Amino acid sequence: MKEPTSSLQQVDLSVRIGSLCLKNPVMPASGCFAFGKEFADFYDLSELGAIVVKATTLEPRLGNATPRVAETAAGMLNAIGLQNPGVERVVRDELPWLRSFDIPVIVNIAGTTVEDYVEVARRLGESEDVDALELNISCPNVKCGGIQFGTDPAQAAHVTASVKAVSRVPVIVKLSPNVSDIVAMGKAVESAGADAISLINTLVGMRIDLRTRKPIIHNKIGGLSGPAIKPIAIRMVHDVSQAVHIPIIGMGGIMTGEDAAEFVMAGATAIAVGTANFVQPTACQDIISELRAWCEQAGIASVTELCGVAWK
Amino acid sequence: MRLKVLDHYEIGRDLRYLALEAPDLPRGYQPGQFVHIKVSDSFDHLLRRPLSLCRLDVAAGKLVVVYRITGAGTRMLSEKIPGQTVDVLGPLGHGFPLHDGDRHAILIGGGIGVPPMVELALWLKRRGARVTSVIGFQSSDQVILTDELREYGDVLVATDDGTCGHHGLLTERIDDAMIASADRFYACGPTPMLRAVQRLFAERLPGYLSLEERMGCGIGVCLACVHGIRTDDDVSNKKVCKDGPVFCASEVVFS
Repeated sequence: MKEPTSSLQQVDLSVRIGSLCLKNPVMPASGCFAFGKEFADFYDLSELGAIVVKATTLEPRLGNATPRVAETAAGMLNAIGLQNPGVERVVRDELPWLRSFDIPVIVNIAGTTVEDYVEVARRLGESEDVDALELNISCPNVKCGGIQFGTDPAQAAHVTASVKAVSRVPVIVKLSPNVSDIVAMGKAVESAGADAISLINTLVGMRIDLRTRKPIIHNKIGGLSGPAIKPIAIRMVHDVSQAVHIPIIGMGGIMTGEDAAEFVMAGATAIAVGTANFVQPTACQDIISELRAWCEQAGIASVTELCGVAWK
Repeated sequence: MRLKVLDHYEIGRDLRYLALEAPDLPRGYQPGQFVHIKVSDSFDHLLRRPLSLCRLDVAAGKLVVVYRITGAGTRMLSEKIPGQTVDVLGPLGHGFPLHDGDRHAILIGGGIGVPPMVELALWLKRRGARVTSVIGFQSSDQVILTDELREYGDVLVATDDGTCGHHGLLTERIDDAMIASADRFYACGPTPMLRAVQRLFAERLPGYLSLEERMGCGIGVCLACVHGIRTDDDVSNKKVCKDGPVFCASEVVFS
């Protein structure tokens, strides 16, 4: 009898995002992992494919007033407001520690003006502890938090090209789903030199408290995440991945290894886990082992075989 | 970790007592810490609910929380029966610090802020301190845990509608003589109560406030539950879940 191939060889989960080599396609989504320290109490961060840290701005930001979150059906709204200690302290206090893990470190950056993005990218470029940048042009929760760059293809291309010009590391652009034509946004940032695209950030939403008759979240609107948005994210990954030649990091409601496989089939090269980290601190670790087990059972030798199989 | 339900019953209107089998609890817990509980295994009610610890009996391997049914999520939790299991993270956060030499402490609990006072009262009594519990509720059908607290000291009750104990605010039951005889106070309850307690004791008695804030992760990552805390001359956002929920009363900034 012939042994099934799955029991003979380990599934190859490694993927490439531009010049970055990831041992597996699973990384935390920015803003859902802080700077990693809290999760190191639960598992070895070296198990991750990469780490994506919280959005970093030029100056420290206190963020929005509370309440900042509200639960929704199979999801949650958040309006944190980019609370972060500012780029100087991120470089000094947070990044060197992450270097002790054997994984690429991706720093998410946000700003109000193109000059902000360029300056944060330049300062991060001076650090040896940064392997890639992710441009947050899609935060819905601050007045000038980048969303204006995320809804207009020309502005998205402009900020991407400006950061590319000063960055020595790959530049990933995180797109907003709050647009009518996501493919046009993807093409615009690709032509401006983006090395990869993260899809999707949160959808703008609101919940109202029946007792107070006012929005629950102090900021009124918040970003919707969790399993509720997964079909939208899958559709966008499916459409954009076929229209561009750069890799896609898919995200939006991934809770299990099967969810991750679905994103890869839609055309994602790698995937990011967001809200699930708030529910289960070991979510990324669990999803990696579930994805491996799923591939073994499906007789997949390399996860890259699955990329875009849903296209035709 | 998945913990088995030992007991689960009503102890007041919309209030439930939930005892869980917890054989492998960490030793370094403190009164005032909380556990973060999933109300179901489905994704429909995604986020965990932070519930303060009412009792944590390491020797018996048992953990008790008392919670209020406030919506569909906690309603779902209330349907768990003995023998079923719930997904629990914790104990989490920083609880109430205890001080050597304290001879008398005033414990103040409002509504669902009363449960953590039971474990705290037990700890204080064991250390030889006198405990006075001042607890307030909306109405008599929500008065809970008075017998448990009476085991550790005097209990003074106030209700908003006067159906049990003093008719009015619990702060009205704290007089100058009580403050003068006490070394410290500990409080947990809704924000208006905490604000009133902070004002009452300002410059008169040191103490701690356990804050309530909508939480996400419970481990200090999502930054949902921040609160302004004064350090030196500066006010910074501290995480209620990780840096708190208990903070030094004089440092808490109410907007």
